[in-house]
Amino acid sequence: MNSIEKIQKEIVEEFDLFDDWQDKYEHLIELGKEMELLPEKHKNESNIIEGCQSNVWIVAKFKNKKIKFLADSDAIITKGIISLLLRVFSGQSPLDILNANYNFIELIGLKKHLSINRASGLESMINKIKEYALIFNK
Amino acid sequence: MSISFKKIKNDFPILKQKINGYPLIYFDNAATTQKPNIVIKKINEYYKKQNSNVHRGAHYLSYKATEEIEGSRTEVKKFINAKTNKEIIFTSGATESINLVANCFEKIIKKGEEIIISEMEHHSNIVPWLLLKKNKKIKIRYIRINRKGDLVLKNLRKLINEKTKMIALSHVSNTLGTINNIKKVVQLAKSKNIPVLIDGAQAPGHIEIDVQKLDCDFYCFSGHKMFGPTGIGVLYGKKPWLDKMPPYKGGGEMIKKVTMNEISFAEAPHKFEAGTPNICGAIGLKEAIKYINDIKIKNINKYESELLLYAIKQMSKIKEIQFIGESPQKAPIISFIIKGCHNYDVGQMLDNFGIAVRVGHHCTQPIMESMGINGTIRASFSLYNDKKEVDYFCQKIKKIINILK
Repeated sequence: MNSIEKIQKEIVEEFDLFDDWQDKYEHLIELGKEMELLPEKHKNESNIIEGCQSNVWIVAKFKNKKIKFLADSDAIITKGIISLLLRVFSGQSPLDILNANYNFIELIGLKKHLSINRASGLESMINKIKEYALIFNK
Repeated sequence: MSISFKKIKNDFPILKQKINGYPLIYFDNAATTQKPNIVIKKINEYYKKQNSNVHRGAHYLSYKATEEIEGSRTEVKKFINAKTNKEIIFTSGATESINLVANCFEKIIKKGEEIIISEMEHHSNIVPWLLLKKNKKIKIRYIRINRKGDLVLKNLRKLINEKTKMIALSHVSNTLGTINNIKKVVQLAKSKNIPVLIDGAQAPGHIEIDVQKLDCDFYCFSGHKMFGPTGIGVLYGKKPWLDKMPPYKGGGEMIKKVTMNEISFAEAPHKFEAGTPNICGAIGLKEAIKYINDIKIKNINKYESELLLYAIKQMSKIKEIQFIGESPQKAPIISFIIKGCHNYDVGQMLDNFGIAVRVGHHCTQPIMESMGINGTIRASFSLYNDKKEVDYFCQKIKKIINILK
């Protein structure tokens, strides 16, 4: 099991501790609040993700063959989801990100509580992360 | 006879379901209303027993279907108090009705002339005119709205001039709920011989529509926002205008005579109804009108006004709520934001509790710009909503604020 799979498994186990969706949401929101801040200067048009209903910005830095992601959103639930994505993908190599399977959002049982618009926003975020991985993989 | 609004919920089978384990509370009626059993039954019966093309077939079913669709036209005529059936054109909805008029005006309006709309219009009463602006180099002027969400009508006098060729205005704002003073606008317009088009999408089923009293030249609305099916709508137009306007699309049904090189057109309404119409939609709409008439619009209006006032009162107790649109003349639509919470987060959490609202700009971006906000949360009521649902909604809003903050 590589690092990406391991972290996903940890997240799923962490969310399994909560019985109902409200507690899961509260946990997700807490994670969003604790996330590393994205400096204001990065919150610009060029870093914004198309296809999200709330504003989402993602930036990436390539150092020691790993990609570090920083991100933010003005909506707190979205921010919680981003914090999970970053936990999984930030600090990984471009190739590992490109090859990764990800199903943890479904497994933590929140997907059915995300509206279709939010779910497609999630796709847009993951696409952006993969796009960065593709650029740095060259 | 007093109406039991308690029992009305039973007429709408969709409302019996649960969402995420919670009873469905449907507060998205400004987007579309649910359908009562009689409308669903009628649609079902039409395809089971009557389906046939109209106006042409030389057989029983075709006669029957023609009778039904023309019967629906009569019902619509009575519903909005038009003078004749010839003034009632079936369209796919309010959006197509407005587009029809805007398209026909391409032949009527000239470069440099002007159209007046307002800052509170839905995009469907903005974009058709902007397209016309692009094609014909005309000017669009906007009636301002004030902080409460009312039109600044003294502004209108300054906007009207000899170049003004149309005033197009919503009857009820889909975002703010404001019921506009159409009679006053029409009075002003008539004194200068300017036609008035009313986007009535949010009005039927909530307030009385009388096009003769309003004296507007065009009135547009959709069936699906008044308990009817989707894909059917109405354009009312005063006969002289319909005679003057060229056809908007070509096809069957709209012609008197076609030779290899020439055509002569049928009279309105058929001139504007090329192709097989939405027969089933029209029949469903007739049934929806019957449903409204049985309860009586004045009873609905009284019930909804009381529910609106109750909701505003209860929501006012939540100090984080800020209302957007506080006109004294309001349809049962409440737009609001919650300080410190993102609209989408609130909408998502409400959905999880089985409460359907809309969040965003509601296709009215100029309002958002004018009010200096990104969007709102919108709860819009219909006759099947009640005070108990409002209480539950407020209770969940409080809970959501606690979770999100």
